[in-house]
Amino acid sequence: MTFVLTEDQEMLRETAMAFARDELPVTRLRALRDDGKLGVDGEARGKLAELGFFGVIIPDEPGGEHFGLVGLGQILEAQGRSIASTPLLQTALIAASAIQLGGTEAQKAEWLPKIASGEATFSLALDEGSHHAPANVSTEAEKNGQGYKITGAKRYVPDAHHADVFIVVARTFGDAGQTHGLTLFLVPSNAERVSIQALNTVDSHGAAHVTFDGVDVSEDAVIGGVDQGWDVLEPVLDRARIGIAAEMLGASQAMFDMTLEYLNTRKQFGQLIGSFQSLQHRAAKMFTDIELTRSCVAAALAAVDEGGNNVGELASLAKARASDLVHLVSNETVQMHGGIGMTDDHDSGLFLKRARAQEALYGGASFHRDCYAKLNAY
Amino acid sequence: MAFGDTETLEDFRKETRAWLEENCPPAMRTPMTDNEIVWGGKRESFTNPDSKVWLERMGENGWTAPEWPAAYGGGGLSKAENKVLQEELRRIKARPALFSFGLWMFGPALLEFGNEEQKKRFLPDIVKGKTRWCQGYSEPGAGSDLAGLQTKCEDKGDHYLINGQKVWTSYADQADWIFCLVRTSTEKKHEGISFILFDMESEGVEARPIKLISGSSPFCETFFNDVKVPKDQLVGEVNGGWKIAKRLLQFERSSISAGGFGGTGGSGILGPDEYAKIHVGTDSDGRVADGDLRARIADNDMLRRAFFLTVQRSQEQAKAGMEVGHTASILKYAVAKMNQERHELMVEALGTEAFGWEGEGFDEGAMKATRAMLRAKGNSIEGGTSEINLNVIAKRVLGLREHQ
Repeated sequence: MTFVLTEDQEMLRETAMAFARDELPVTRLRALRDDGKLGVDGEARGKLAELGFFGVIIPDEPGGEHFGLVGLGQILEAQGRSIASTPLLQTALIAASAIQLGGTEAQKAEWLPKIASGEATFSLALDEGSHHAPANVSTEAEKNGQGYKITGAKRYVPDAHHADVFIVVARTFGDAGQTHGLTLFLVPSNAERVSIQALNTVDSHGAAHVTFDGVDVSEDAVIGGVDQGWDVLEPVLDRARIGIAAEMLGASQAMFDMTLEYLNTRKQFGQLIGSFQSLQHRAAKMFTDIELTRSCVAAALAAVDEGGNNVGELASLAKARASDLVHLVSNETVQMHGGIGMTDDHDSGLFLKRARAQEALYGGASFHRDCYAKLNAY
Repeated sequence: MAFGDTETLEDFRKETRAWLEENCPPAMRTPMTDNEIVWGGKRESFTNPDSKVWLERMGENGWTAPEWPAAYGGGGLSKAENKVLQEELRRIKARPALFSFGLWMFGPALLEFGNEEQKKRFLPDIVKGKTRWCQGYSEPGAGSDLAGLQTKCEDKGDHYLINGQKVWTSYADQADWIFCLVRTSTEKKHEGISFILFDMESEGVEARPIKLISGSSPFCETFFNDVKVPKDQLVGEVNGGWKIAKRLLQFERSSISAGGFGGTGGSGILGPDEYAKIHVGTDSDGRVADGDLRARIADNDMLRRAFFLTVQRSQEQAKAGMEVGHTASILKYAVAKMNQERHELMVEALGTEAFGWEGEGFDEGAMKATRAMLRAKGNSIEGGTSEINLNVIAKRVLGLREHQ
């Protein structure tokens, strides 16, 4: 069955939901923001590692259990409920997928245990412009003896201000815009001639602009084939899109729950505002959208684990619909809370700011509508 | 038969496959055109003679209603066995043997609320497609406010006497029997309604088709003038019909959703993306040249995909024993929006090619698409308006309060 969790996955979901509720509440993100931490939360990272959450898609890892992407999706949905800032998407999902899909045996042996234990965190250094365009890479990796020299600039790279290792997408052949000629490299964040400009971002999760000014890496740093990086990057991005869609689903559900409670509490004209039909219908429409999006996210997660040949299509479906959903629900959350929703003290603003970043990450709704049309040959 | 474990399920699959191989006529394994749909009943003409054979054989097995008890003519299958049966039917692309409001709506309600005698009397003929049922719900003064219905049902001692009018009665002119909501008491609104069954050939019953904006007339106005109904044809308690009515509406909304209004258009109609490629044109990459239209088509396709995934999710969850009653209104609301948008996109993509009504000069499929767009306007009205479904979601699912 695609839509019913196994008993193990159900237990994982409950654990993740309880953990996010008790240990990663929104107040934690607020505190990180007020302390100027740019979303960096070492304590939470340690606790996530203890729970084994970094290794859920890594099979046969001692101490790690294999729950598949369906399992990791439950954890991401749970952290989405409190818009928590954690390294899970970049490390447990993106890096673990890239290394499993394209890594050499040596890379797997070196990095998978470190990912599973939470010892090393990663960041995918891909986009160079203001809009997601994965083939539009100009950063060059020039052959230099036995290794490569990487030169270029990446903008607004998630987790780059605290990751231990970068997965850098660079061009070894061809021109920006072409999918052929891309190569993925593992580059330690403390390598020489890497400069990292930490960013104070609207969503309080932080990010960094990263510049590679002739950074030397060895051949062993290549993930997948030289010039063939797209073969790894594309499925990794699809998984990342599904993962962030799960987070957005969680965020939407949390905002909706908060709004529903307010509708059932706040009184005007001597009435609960939730008894007004104009608000009831908008709430019912949001709930319908949440239910439809939940099916898309679940189907996409399951398709990855089942090795389906429609993962790309379902990833675009899930990301587009989740982006539209979180956009709608974040706006309605502010509006239905009225003035209190405009205040910094209230959580709706934090969700709204995070929503905009989530929507754009790895392609917004219009990007994925276009992908979906292309995959269906129109 | 008890098919408990996997081994016996596999036996069941083998037997089923062999039976279908032998009994499903080859013509019944081809795509069905609209005029070959079998609705059963006395007036059924079986446009394709093989469909009569197919219905008789399936009906004999009770496989038109696989999970109904065998005692009432059903297949008596477990959920797991029915799943196997459906898989095997899909495997050979078998046509549905029967379309029927009796199977989709009335039968499930009668199984829950009817007495033993009523179930034995009415269910087997539904399974075999011998009786075609219609639904007497809406009235001129009771649409969204269904419980405001006024059709009068008086107790005359040895029988009931019914006077009044129904409207939007689907296929009343072709049905054999009607399940009908009537007022047995004027003291209370909801608790004055009863659920009653009678023969459409009873004296005093008249059905007149209503022509729609699409040109078709699937609905009727139905008049009852001193119709005598035997007392054993009232289901449940006198004045206790409303809960049956509501339950039946859930079955109705689910069956509309499960079909996705798929049948409104008919054969020969292309999808909006195909019409756009032909009539709007393509760019050098072979893609629909109008990027805005292309994006809106993709958006609607995604809504459609999300909808069918949600139908599948709800079915799987029901099989796993989870509560999914609330999804009926959600899906009904979504399917209407999705279907209306889709047909509007077809018409938009067709341009002036969509403006034919009948006769020469226009593609037949395009004319059907236009009529289907018009017909689809009813999707957000029939079976509970979109606004009523939003009310149901808000109040029953989300627990929002009534306005005081």
